[in-house]
Amino acid sequence: MPRINSPAELEELRKGILSKRDPKKPCIAVCTGTGCLALGAARVVAAFKEEFKKKALGTKVDLVNIRETGCPGFCERGPLVVIYPEEICYLRVKPADAEEIVSQTVLAKKIIDRLLYVDPLTGEKSVHESEIPFYKNQMRHLIGNNIKIDPKSIDDYLAVGGYSALAKALGQMTPEHVVELVKDSNLRGRGGAGFPAGKKWEFARKSPGNPKYVVVNADEGDPGAFMDRAVLEGNPFSVLEGLTIGAYAIGSHEGYFYVRQEYPLAVENVTLAIQQAEEYGFLGKNILGSGFDFTVRVHRGAGAFVCGEETSLLMSLEGKPGEPRARPPYPAVKGLREKPTNINNVETWANVPLIVNNGAEFLTSIGTKGSKGTKIFSLVGKVNNTGLVEVPMGITLRDIIYKVGGGIPGGKRFKAVQSGGPSGGCIPEQYLDIKVDFDELKKVGAIMGSGGMIVMDEDTCMVDVARYFLNFLTGESCGKCSPCREGIRQMLKILTRICEGKGEEGDIELLEELGETTRDASLCALGGTAPNPVLNTIRYFRDEYEAHIKEKRCPAFVCKHLIAYHIDPGKCQACMTCLRKCPAQAITGGKKQIHVIDQDKCTKCGTCFEVCPSKFDAVERLSGVPVPPPVPEDARRIVRESKGKKR
Amino acid sequence: MNETLLKIDGRDVRAKQGMTILEAARSAGIFIPTLCHHEKLQPYGACRICVVEADAGGRTSLVASCLYPVEPDLVVRTRSEKVDKTRKMILELLLAHAPDSPRLQELAQEYGADRDRFDKESAFCILCGLCVRYCNEVKKKNAVGFFDRGASREINFIPEIASKECWNCKECFPLCPTSYAQAAYHLTEALAFPCRSSRR
Repeated sequence: MPRINSPAELEELRKGILSKRDPKKPCIAVCTGTGCLALGAARVVAAFKEEFKKKALGTKVDLVNIRETGCPGFCERGPLVVIYPEEICYLRVKPADAEEIVSQTVLAKKIIDRLLYVDPLTGEKSVHESEIPFYKNQMRHLIGNNIKIDPKSIDDYLAVGGYSALAKALGQMTPEHVVELVKDSNLRGRGGAGFPAGKKWEFARKSPGNPKYVVVNADEGDPGAFMDRAVLEGNPFSVLEGLTIGAYAIGSHEGYFYVRQEYPLAVENVTLAIQQAEEYGFLGKNILGSGFDFTVRVHRGAGAFVCGEETSLLMSLEGKPGEPRARPPYPAVKGLREKPTNINNVETWANVPLIVNNGAEFLTSIGTKGSKGTKIFSLVGKVNNTGLVEVPMGITLRDIIYKVGGGIPGGKRFKAVQSGGPSGGCIPEQYLDIKVDFDELKKVGAIMGSGGMIVMDEDTCMVDVARYFLNFLTGESCGKCSPCREGIRQMLKILTRICEGKGEEGDIELLEELGETTRDASLCALGGTAPNPVLNTIRYFRDEYEAHIKEKRCPAFVCKHLIAYHIDPGKCQACMTCLRKCPAQAITGGKKQIHVIDQDKCTKCGTCFEVCPSKFDAVERLSGVPVPPPVPEDARRIVRESKGKKR
Repeated sequence: MNETLLKIDGRDVRAKQGMTILEAARSAGIFIPTLCHHEKLQPYGACRICVVEADAGGRTSLVASCLYPVEPDLVVRTRSEKVDKTRKMILELLLAHAPDSPRLQELAQEYGADRDRFDKESAFCILCGLCVRYCNEVKKKNAVGFFDRGASREINFIPEIASKECWNCKECFPLCPTSYAQAAYHLTEALAFPCRSSRR
């Protein structure tokens, strides 16, 4: 690779790359993000390559390209394949489809109907990404390029305009000017707290001390969240470019990517991106001839959720145990190795090149008064279109869940959406029309967080949800300060007790009191927000808590200690289905003999309830009421009068 | 010297810049209870018994006085309904571990904490870290350390170091508010010290 010494040389390089690329040449883009890989994308890629070999497309004549890309978001329908130049979007592609795709679509330019998206409501088929409702209702500024570039190729990034923002910042702007621009854009930190990024940069810039550091926080650890992972795996260059611009603005010459160890592909792609950027001279000494020096290193997190908290992250970077330290002093004053440090989340950094390229209005024209730009969410749980979505701030929760997410599967009722991970809260149905905005979400007791969004339907028990998150936190708190360590421990004990039917009068009030102390007295934000799942579910679903405590009833039929399965002897047709499927062999019966569940053996797995044919509907769930006694032996025989045959 | 004027419990207090609220209060003879604080050690901020109410930047919040640096016009209340309620709850949480600790009982009386509010926990260590930090910062031996995290966090003596260093030191024992350090040492000695024949 040649070393690029000026913005003009960069443009030459870009021209050179583009001139070698024929936009009409067919290219098969296969998502090899983690979700699609799990669904077999690697085998799909192998099948395509095999097909090229067979048809002698790849080796001698090189008539078609294949591109392994990062995650474009529609994980639910993976492996995803897009055929260029027509941009035909195929879903759930299997290795066996490769032959047909190459011969029909790539060579004969015919569309294969069965691989297209079909709208479940209208039955209409969509040929292009942009026509699929899941994508149509998004605004994909940050992840839109994921399908267009190979995350292992900096040339691909340059081909879509990469590094033009860095050239502009270094060539035409002073550092102060960059800080002002980011301030004007109202970019707020995407890691969760939503602190204005420009202000943070200004603090770090003005803070006395040398050297200064910049850090990418990629210690994404919320259960069910994979926004940062997808950005780093799919387009690490955008984050690296943003970081480099930030370093220039703040006056830092040393940066770190703090990536969690559990993201091996992200670590690999970021490391490679840094290497390639160094080779072109986008990192290192005298970047683009500007006199600005900057180096970046990757640090792998050792698997602690709390290290996503910025002071713990710094401790970990220093090689110490990942435990928070008190703020003030803030990292902008005394951060890494006691020097001024600016830490931003992956997504925050990825926004920076867009702002530099397109001006502050690019962000301020989107969103609400207090929250500008787009936000990536990982939409998971009981929703039809599971995946990664990027939407404009100010969109309603309802639009995210129903328009983008395609609603709740199986005709079930929506119950709540959990936003913000273990520090967030569950938002009930009556607030579905609030706008997604840092401040609005806070008002209803949730937070934007880093962007995890878990949709829950009527089969979710909110007490169990609170217990789940507290259980997560009990192992992820660092355990240093007593309100967090002991408060979470006791709250979890009480919640477990309630779920086991041993809840007592006064438990709700005790949870509230514990929650308050944990929130107010803890050392860091983990403890400060740890009671949220509890306090918030009590706020909106107090009746469920009361049902568990007073009636020993779990309204959603989730808490195993509080439910029982029972076969209605009047409905059972002795079909043997549940009897055969019961993994605990807890069902007795036989042909023409009414089935009975042995309550002592039953593990409450619910298999019988699921497999009982709907025309019989004989298995019922009970909670809060005693299980009727089993049918007496002599009354278990079913006499079928209609058939009238006796043997 | 740079001095800062702040208000603690309605009194004007002069403090040197860089002092913590706790230091400023003590210099003015105002008592704030502590469990994990020790003059010879770096402020740690773990027990949170020393929380006080502070008005700063237009906001009132609970802060750990052993860590929070003094700043001009800071208004501090070392006792208030909120402070007392928080200390009471923290004490009750810690008493679940060490109901018989004299230090905790004394404070429990002051704040009306119920030693039996929560079910008793098996480990009677309250993880103030005095032993760990004293061994590290003052003795520089690191014979005792923290292990695991969250609710599983505990202190342990490292047999290889403790077998050489601790017998003639034991300076952490009297620091311990619950005598757990001593118990942990003897347990380690009994279970995991290198056998005597190999010890020099």
